[in-house]
Amino acid sequence: MKLSMFHLMPYQDLPEDFEKQHRSAWVDLPNENFNPELGRQYYSDYLDELEHADTLGFDGVCVNEHHSNAYGLMPSPNIMAATLARNTKNAALIVLGNSLSLYQPPIRVAEEMAMMDIMSGGRLVAGFPVGTSMDTTFSYGQVPAQLRERHTEAHDLIIKAWTERKPFIFNGKYNKLRYVNIWPRPLQQPHPPVWVPGSGSLETWDWVLDRNYVYCYLSYFGYQRGHRVVKGFWERAAERGVDDNPHRLGFLQLVCVSETDESAQQEYEEHVKYFYQKMLRIYAPFAESPGYRSIHSIRESIRPQLGQETMKTAADLNWKDFVDQGHIIAGSPATVRDKMEEAVKLLRVGHLMVLLHIGTMPKELTMKNMDLFSKEVMPGLKNIYQEYDDPWWPQPVGEHTAATAAD
Amino acid sequence: MVAAASGRTHRCHGGRLDMVDYRHVTVPVRGDKFSVQMVEGGSGDGLIFLHGEDGLTEWTPFLDRLAQHFHVYAPAHPGQGGSQGLQHLDDLWDLVIFYEELVQTLGLDRVHIIGQSYGGMLAAELAAYRPEKVGRLVLINPLGLWLSDTPIPDFFIFTPEDRAKALWFDPECDAAKTVFAQPTDPEEKMESNLSRTETLTAVGKFIWPIPDKGLTKRIHRVTMPTLLLWGDSNAMLPIKYAEAFQNLLPNSSLKLIEKAGHLAQDEKPGEAVDAILPFLKG
Repeated sequence: MKLSMFHLMPYQDLPEDFEKQHRSAWVDLPNENFNPELGRQYYSDYLDELEHADTLGFDGVCVNEHHSNAYGLMPSPNIMAATLARNTKNAALIVLGNSLSLYQPPIRVAEEMAMMDIMSGGRLVAGFPVGTSMDTTFSYGQVPAQLRERHTEAHDLIIKAWTERKPFIFNGKYNKLRYVNIWPRPLQQPHPPVWVPGSGSLETWDWVLDRNYVYCYLSYFGYQRGHRVVKGFWERAAERGVDDNPHRLGFLQLVCVSETDESAQQEYEEHVKYFYQKMLRIYAPFAESPGYRSIHSIRESIRPQLGQETMKTAADLNWKDFVDQGHIIAGSPATVRDKMEEAVKLLRVGHLMVLLHIGTMPKELTMKNMDLFSKEVMPGLKNIYQEYDDPWWPQPVGEHTAATAAD
Repeated sequence: MVAAASGRTHRCHGGRLDMVDYRHVTVPVRGDKFSVQMVEGGSGDGLIFLHGEDGLTEWTPFLDRLAQHFHVYAPAHPGQGGSQGLQHLDDLWDLVIFYEELVQTLGLDRVHIIGQSYGGMLAAELAAYRPEKVGRLVLINPLGLWLSDTPIPDFFIFTPEDRAKALWFDPECDAAKTVFAQPTDPEEKMESNLSRTETLTAVGKFIWPIPDKGLTKRIHRVTMPTLLLWGDSNAMLPIKYAEAFQNLLPNSSLKLIEKAGHLAQDEKPGEAVDAILPFLKG
């Protein structure tokens, strides 16, 4: 299996009473709360951390796209991946990804990803998310009812732009292009592997399975809750006669490693709380614009909870809740190793992404978390699922490209 | 041509009097591409009512009173209230042409149109596109214009509390209690919320994220007599918008409904109809 380090690049300096002052860390949190001087330091630290992940032997580094928020300071993950292309050697660059409907025309995505693929010597993973409701329909003003159709059309255009060798005409509903002819084109053939983050809807599962892509479930509520969704994905795959290669699935898990279970709480608790209480504070109507999901999908997601007690919101949870419910996997190397193994087997996940920087964690603590994870936890996990091929992993062209970059 | 009467007639409305026979019908438009759910009733000249983003597609006291003088047609917009065919409409241009075809399908050469809010915007667009088809036009708190110094609140993210404040002068009025009566059964409550989402999805397809689709470029074609009806306590569309419409519509008059909000025709159906009848018959 592959283990990659995910980074959200959050803003760390929200005031103590942020929750009292503001309804959301997304969409309408005034940017007077953003200090550019601190921002410069964060970017520097965060890129150091991801570059360090490459030297520690993580299989990949993951960046993603969000807009108008304090949760993740990467409106353009491509800029981060571009600098990582130069300053890392071996890790896959997992851009998870570009929200396709936001680029008009979307050949911009085909072009930039081709650039990153070439600059990195063929280490790019192309993530094609729809994007959150907050990012796409509010911050970028996209019509919710058309979002998924736009996403699909953009996908079709990008794949064709990557694989056609002659200029072609694209007469789509949303994109009218007389001359599609991207320069450069990607290094990996026929194109970089495609991963699709989703939130558990049947439509997305079918879409991904039909195209033989990787499905990524990015949740902050851990492997125990995530298992309910992932189980549905594997059942759907079986129904459609698709094999159960664990590499078809990606999953994100928050992880905190320390010397002992007790010291983990002492070191990480405040940062984890900042993440759940502040970063995930989303004004409810922003989280689901009307039309963002189909009525069918919403009904299917609500019905199982009807009449049940409402789930305690993450903001009210304490350290014990986070750990016991599996939102985070935290503790000594032995504790984390056991739980990680349990999670990987329970989920049947071949592409595990770990969030090792959480909330307000300073660089030293993040580096410690990464060092302990890579030395004490990772080696025991890497061999799991080694009997399965992974055709969804970049196939780099060899050392010469990286060597040229280092000259 | 109207087809397939559903047989659901004479539903009781909170004990209020239903004076006029009305029926639910399904109207096919453009072959089988669209099927429109509609309530219709009364007799006399044709009158179409286009509902707003608050999606009232039932027979209301307001329609009932109008139907004592007119043949009233109240269609649910595509994608709302069971009307099918939204997938065949990509933009406002498609939607306006669809409505022209609906008018044709109903066999109406010339018709009065009343529209509220989003429905008012559509009524104005239709009147601009085919002015010869529209006898008289009534716009109740219509959307369609945008004043940068007085932005319209983002009704797509209204909570039930925001909505109640925006729509009514008195959130405790009978109409408010009827319209906003939340079912207590969890399954029914879910379906009621989903129906609301469906309505906003369909409205959003044409006016997300700002309800300004360029009516100012076309409104000069609205030359028929036009009545602007405004709730005097409209928190959603302040009176400045009424003045802006008046400036663009030389053949219009403005009437305020006292102690009424954005859903003025439901909060004060008597007063609204008293203002509309002399205008339509004038």
